[in-house]
Amino acid sequence: MRKVYHRITQIAGNVITVEADQVSYNELAEVSSSRGTSLAQVIRLQDNQVKLQVFAGSRGVSTDNQVRFLGHPMKVSSSVDLLGRIFTGRGQPRDRRPEITDKLIEIGGPSVNPAKRTVPRNMIRTGIPMIDVFNTLVESQKLPIFSVAGEPYNELLARIALQAEVDVIILGGMGLKYDDYLKFRNTLDEHGALSRTVMFIHTASDPVVECLLVPDMALAVAESYALNKQRVLVLLTDMTNFADALKEIAITMEQIPSNRGYPGDLYSQLACRYEKAVDFDGAGSITILAATTMPGDDVTHPIPDNTGYITEGQFYLRHGRIEPFGSLSRLKQQVNADTRDDHRVIMDTMIRLYADYKETLEKQSMGFMMSAWDNKLLKYGDLFERRMMDLSVNIPLEEALDLGWKTLAECFDRAETGIKTDLLREYWPK
Amino acid sequence: MQDSNTGRIVGVNGNMVTVEFDTHVTQNEVAYAVLGEERLKCEVIRVRGQRADLQVFESTNGLTVGSAIEFTDELLSVELGPGLLTKVFDGLQNPLNELAEKSGFFLQRGVYLPVLDYETFWEFTPTAAVGAKVIAGDRLGQVPEGIFKHYIMVPFDVRGEWELAELAPPGKYKIADPVAKLKNAKGEERLVTMVQNWPVKIPITAYKEKILPETTLITQQRIIDTFFPVAVGGTFCTPGPFGAGKTVLQHALSQYAEADVVIIAACGERAGEVVEILREFPHLEDPRTGRTLIDRSIIICNTSSMPVAAREASVYTAVTLAEYYRQMGLNCLLLADSTSRWAQALREMSGRLEEIPGEEAFPAYLESLIAGFYERAGLVKLNDGSLGSVTIGGAVSPAGGNFEEPVTQATLKVVGAFLGLSRERSDARRYPAIHPLDSWSHYRSIVDGDKIRKAREALRNGNEVNQMMKVIGEEGTHISDFIVYLKSEFLDYVYLQQNTFDKVDGATDQNRQRYVFDQVSEILAARFDFSDKDQARRYFLELRQIFIDWNYAAMDSAQFKKLEAAIDAKVKEHSHA
Repeated sequence: MRKVYHRITQIAGNVITVEADQVSYNELAEVSSSRGTSLAQVIRLQDNQVKLQVFAGSRGVSTDNQVRFLGHPMKVSSSVDLLGRIFTGRGQPRDRRPEITDKLIEIGGPSVNPAKRTVPRNMIRTGIPMIDVFNTLVESQKLPIFSVAGEPYNELLARIALQAEVDVIILGGMGLKYDDYLKFRNTLDEHGALSRTVMFIHTASDPVVECLLVPDMALAVAESYALNKQRVLVLLTDMTNFADALKEIAITMEQIPSNRGYPGDLYSQLACRYEKAVDFDGAGSITILAATTMPGDDVTHPIPDNTGYITEGQFYLRHGRIEPFGSLSRLKQQVNADTRDDHRVIMDTMIRLYADYKETLEKQSMGFMMSAWDNKLLKYGDLFERRMMDLSVNIPLEEALDLGWKTLAECFDRAETGIKTDLLREYWPK
Repeated sequence: MQDSNTGRIVGVNGNMVTVEFDTHVTQNEVAYAVLGEERLKCEVIRVRGQRADLQVFESTNGLTVGSAIEFTDELLSVELGPGLLTKVFDGLQNPLNELAEKSGFFLQRGVYLPVLDYETFWEFTPTAAVGAKVIAGDRLGQVPEGIFKHYIMVPFDVRGEWELAELAPPGKYKIADPVAKLKNAKGEERLVTMVQNWPVKIPITAYKEKILPETTLITQQRIIDTFFPVAVGGTFCTPGPFGAGKTVLQHALSQYAEADVVIIAACGERAGEVVEILREFPHLEDPRTGRTLIDRSIIICNTSSMPVAAREASVYTAVTLAEYYRQMGLNCLLLADSTSRWAQALREMSGRLEEIPGEEAFPAYLESLIAGFYERAGLVKLNDGSLGSVTIGGAVSPAGGNFEEPVTQATLKVVGAFLGLSRERSDARRYPAIHPLDSWSHYRSIVDGDKIRKAREALRNGNEVNQMMKVIGEEGTHISDFIVYLKSEFLDYVYLQQNTFDKVDGATDQNRQRYVFDQVSEILAARFDFSDKDQARRYFLELRQIFIDWNYAAMDSAQFKKLEAAIDAKVKEHSHA
């Protein structure tokens, strides 16, 4: 029987301090108060003072409550029985079915040895031209969707998840509205995908500390599945809530904030999670798609900014469309050379001309006369938005490329595209 | 000095532990935290009274108040000797491939493997004479390491003049076998092996003098070599927002730069990017030597999810290895991606130490540390009069892409060339996205200064016209101004932009750059007559098209000659000499 401590010397925010000895860093404890028993995690040791973050929050905790240390860090089951199940942030069933406690693994495990990773080679087809043609998604990629509140980022995540050819989908919901959680569940259910899905859901009304656990729980399970040669897609929404939870704890712990109140290790904290995306040499893979809402639509805000430096590109979702500028898949070069030999040139040329169109649009709005060239661009820009950017378009990559050539030919002549002559000869519509 | 200098942990805060020590500690000495079977490497970073703060290079999970600490009395060091090339290390010089063999997919903590192979035999040839007076850094012999002569030198920590008392005859030796014996005036003796240790945070200074870097380091990137050159032994930085192509540029440099040894420090960045290098370098041919690129490379890999304290050490590990190969008279290029992550590691530690923060919570000593790092670059005259160099290129990842932040600013003060990457250019797919108006370099270009001045002027004027057109519109712009704009766009498209992913266009050697730049200069200087702007635009688009095709043609091909003739013909259409 482990020793029980009940000298709580400080309660601030969701962090309590208890006098105890022989406690190890990061281990779990149970705090029993009049409101029931909550798990808590050791986050700092200083002499005999142990600081714990209490998952259920510190409300109702009194100074003489019992704290019992469990001697192990947070664990989650990695059993295949998890498929089709829904859990809370700390791994309790949310679906009124029994708890699963076999094959427990520690969460937040060590980093993958870079020597055991392989260069990703498989494209994930989504049927969305803005992704497939312009910013191809690749297995084992980590990619956020930068968006703002009100945009259909959860719908986009669900659509990609359903269309992608993966073995397992793991959804980590952080600060998710209850309605959104139900929508996710229903969409996956309608398409028969629920049986290959595991959900860890922290809703907006759950204790904030549990939010911090969600990515680690989801990724630990993903990792164990991937080691069993499964291709896993992890959806995390919304990582901004995760970062805000980090901030809350950091401030409570009186850490010196670096930028707009966020802790100095925000980058490392986010990186530890995103870097779990991996293509194992000789096993499966983890692909991470995460929604990140940008506070005030500001990409220089610390959360999207740090995220952008970690992830392998980003999709900007704005006005219900994936923006061609700023959106980027860093891994597209790994796959788009082998799709079709005109893939790269269509990708580059169409975006460049769309940038020219945007400039023309600006000139037009200022009332300048439109030259012959400007008029060509105006026609092109309109077609591009309708044929490529509209999210309702659902066509395979090859069709989208053909449509690209058709659009170029309808608007320009050959020299104006700046495409290498041999490709023009092969693909330019006659 | 005691043999077992120990202490006990009294506090754990993230990757920092506070320790009560028994006898004495040394600042920056290495210690081990004992956790069951595991021994976790730490470094002393602050001492206050009887307590010391240590940064732990591993996860601190499971450490308790009362856990034992063993001090080593040694500063954080790297092992130097033959066999470093082609290796992949983490920030503490732990070999990752061997680690993967031992512990599988994950980086198991507390596992430290030998850096070099102690069993391999090396073919040693003595080159010094017994009885000679020697000082630190003097060459005693050599072993072949790939394409290089790896010199075995008097250890860098040897002080004063010693006499070479004994030297091994030619033959096969393991790195730990003694190959020489030194004696000093006091009669002290010292055995020399092929391997030595050096503390990473202290520069190696076993050379005669530093000299001014003047030769251009050919990177085969047109915008760099021609417009913003880097010198052999110089320093440069490539700041840019995410997605502007820092890493692609660094990869291009690591492949095409004409350096002898390339050291890549992947410091706190994405693991995926390093994997590309790890997997590709063993197969990519180095055109200069005919061997593969990995034969001339060392990769230090401490990616973003690996322990933060080791990230801090990784840039020092990398630069120390570069200095070591410099001592052999080689030109070393160190590419650090990204120094901002290193600075953030400093910030995290500073925060845990509860130091008074400077701007954006970076520690107040950030600037001096950055300066100290870049100052380890340089061209040096070695003891025997030959030259060796370390060139440092650091990527910087400024928060929000704003160059006003502390890391970029501190870096700009100490580098010789600034290659600023811009979001504006990368959005328009103008790669490499080095901004031609904001960037600068103090080093010498490979083409004639006068031509460069004119080309810069063309870019500046073109930009002015473009700005003006945004206000007064194209129809309000005079055709002569419009041609100035078209010329600057032409220069941008056919010369500044370069397709890294194309075999031919991706690397433009020195001769070709001069040749092509002459052609571009002529077009910039030519006077053109057009009836209207649409005709002018069309003309330049067509000219650009031929020129881009020309860039993609190998220089010795028939296609190259054909397109060159086509350009000449095209230029004559509307210009007069």
